[in-house]
Amino acid sequence: MSATKVAKIATHNEGRKLFSSRTATIVVWTITVLWTIPTFGLLVSSIRPKQDIFGSGWWNFFLHPHFTLSNYHAVLFGTGGSSLSGGILPYLMNSIVITIPAVVFPVVIATMAAYSLAWVRFKGSDFLFYAIFALQIVPIQMSLVPLLQLFTGGAHIGSMTIIPKLGIAGKFAGIWLPHTMFALPLAIYLLHNFISALPKDLMEAAYVDGANHFVVFRRIVLPLATPAIAAFSIFQFLWVWNDLLVALTFASGTEEVAPINVKLASLVGQWGSSWEVLCAGAFVTIALPLVVFFSLQRYFVRGLLAGSVK
Amino acid sequence: MLISKKGRLAATGFAVLALVTTALVTVTPADAATGKCASLGTTHYAAQKGKTVTVFTSILDPELSKYQNAMKPFEACTGITVKWEGSNQFEALLPVRVKGGNAPSIAVIPQPGLIAQMVATGKAVKAPAQTLANVNKYWSAGWKGYGSVNGKFYAAPNSANMKSLVWYSPKQFAKYGYTVPTTWTGMLALADKMAAAGQTAFCGGIGSGGATGWPATDWLEEVVVRQFGAKVYADWISHKVKFSSPQIMAAMKTVADWMLNPKYVGNVSAIATTTFQSAGLGIPTGSCMMLQQASFYGAQYPAGTDVSANGDVYAFYLPGINPAVKTPVEGGGEFMLAFSSKPEVAETQNYLSSPQYAANRLAQAGSSGGWISANNGVPLSAYKNALDALSAKYLSDKQGTFVFDASDAMPAAVGAGAMWTEFTNWFASGKSIADVAAAVDSAWPAS
Repeated sequence: MSATKVAKIATHNEGRKLFSSRTATIVVWTITVLWTIPTFGLLVSSIRPKQDIFGSGWWNFFLHPHFTLSNYHAVLFGTGGSSLSGGILPYLMNSIVITIPAVVFPVVIATMAAYSLAWVRFKGSDFLFYAIFALQIVPIQMSLVPLLQLFTGGAHIGSMTIIPKLGIAGKFAGIWLPHTMFALPLAIYLLHNFISALPKDLMEAAYVDGANHFVVFRRIVLPLATPAIAAFSIFQFLWVWNDLLVALTFASGTEEVAPINVKLASLVGQWGSSWEVLCAGAFVTIALPLVVFFSLQRYFVRGLLAGSVK
Repeated sequence: MLISKKGRLAATGFAVLALVTTALVTVTPADAATGKCASLGTTHYAAQKGKTVTVFTSILDPELSKYQNAMKPFEACTGITVKWEGSNQFEALLPVRVKGGNAPSIAVIPQPGLIAQMVATGKAVKAPAQTLANVNKYWSAGWKGYGSVNGKFYAAPNSANMKSLVWYSPKQFAKYGYTVPTTWTGMLALADKMAAAGQTAFCGGIGSGGATGWPATDWLEEVVVRQFGAKVYADWISHKVKFSSPQIMAAMKTVADWMLNPKYVGNVSAIATTTFQSAGLGIPTGSCMMLQQASFYGAQYPAGTDVSANGDVYAFYLPGINPAVKTPVEGGGEFMLAFSSKPEVAETQNYLSSPQYAANRLAQAGSSGGWISANNGVPLSAYKNALDALSAKYLSDKQGTFVFDASDAMPAAVGAGAMWTEFTNWFASGKSIADVAAAVDSAWPAS
């Protein structure tokens, strides 16, 4: 136990040394700048007037700075923009309503499942774990039509109803459910790996003190697994937020349920001519994921077992 | 239902913004009895308060909101809320939604092949009696045919577009005293006159990147329908009439005497390397005089070009060949297929096939145009754009012969493959008609 820990710290320090050399710093900065330029160009374009966007490249902004917020105004409130009738705020709200449950559901289920699979010994738990993990190979595209049929018609063998029709297609629940289903295999796998690596001593000490599984899960596993849960939550949040396929298939494109990406995809308009609002729309879309990422990113770098076993 | 309410609650919990959402979608239904139906003509619409009809289409904003606006008198009359949903993934999504049991009330389908595919799922429903009556009254048989599958009528036409146009410069024509021809022989006689004056009568360009050759397929299609009519045209699409048949070979000969005639076009092989976009740009200056190209070609001219009957550039109807074929027109259009037989859906179909709908939709288009209906219940004076009115005149001819693009309806190996490459060879290297026809026939899929 302590030997592996020392080894880990050693490699950690070596890695740190490698990445703090002058050459590495230059390389990292070059890549960062190169990677950011297109996004930066998008940002600059979004604050330029329409004629400027169509007339010249975004870098000309620095020679002839014409600043306007009209694109954002058009995108948010639907005024002035030729391809927008109502603005994207209702869709932004839909995105939030879709994303939060679609992150909470799989995380809650997967954390509990991962704990049971890792620490509750029962017959076939390993097999169950591998079976769940193997489900990852089912491509989402293959299951679109069957899932939609399940939602609208239920499942039947002959005239016997196995699953009644759920009637949730085109509603929020009809989007939460597929996202939850498709997140679970990876979520359980990731969290299982993390939770099963927690020190056995901790659990045993708790059991000896008379704690049952629920207490152990709530008092020991949950606090220790927070970094892993947060990391997965970020992934799942970004995945659901950026998803277009599930939303297009299971939500209708109306402003009652369609998320912002569905609207963004059609923002350029019938003749592909109003891409000045696309730049602003894209920035509105990435604003929230950025906030989420920056507020949770410390979990990515935080020491995994910090503060538990000294 | 319960879950969706929960979703709504969650939404309202988030911010004041959600209030905006609900405010936007609230529509107060009006009563049919209050006289709000007066502007909808003689068709009787029953009040269907609080009902919702969804229309799924490939049309996006800003066009989509014009459709939504055109529904307002109908919505005020009946209390039905009609929701238009546009997606640029329409062709892929519609089959998924229909097979998954989540079909829209009505889909606006631009491809006759997709209509047949949707009817084959068994989920589509036939048009209601009033819609059928409207289509019988206001559209030509060709249009009705494209909305029918196996002789049963399903989908009323929505908008239409026109390919059978020849672009020319009214100013140049006036300068040389030329008049717009109204017959095929008249058009060739005019070309002879231009050739004698040392002018290039026809511009041509079939270059279009990976789709190089498609404008040439249009030329042959125009000639086939003009020479032999809709029956041979349909049999040609199904390969009952082969490319090497006497009719199609004769039509190819007509194309050869027209667009592959060095007297009219100058350098024939240059047509294969000229892009279709740039082909007619010389028309305003008279470097070439005429170009057969669809109505959308007007957008190729730079801003400031006067596109009008006396301007720098305009178009005339590509004249017919065989007098037995009345007003041959090649074009395209969208058809409205219903997946529900509920009364509110039927009422919406009835409205969408009425001249009042077309007039209301047309009013949304304004003078910039861009929306044509083949509904002949709409007076041509309702068109604020002259070119649209010209197209509508021929598209809405009740006796007219309307056909869709044949190469689009043929198997992709031919319509988007051999036909393009072989026709390009025809122009580029002077391959003989018989060789071109044989090569295209051999590319036809076996099954």
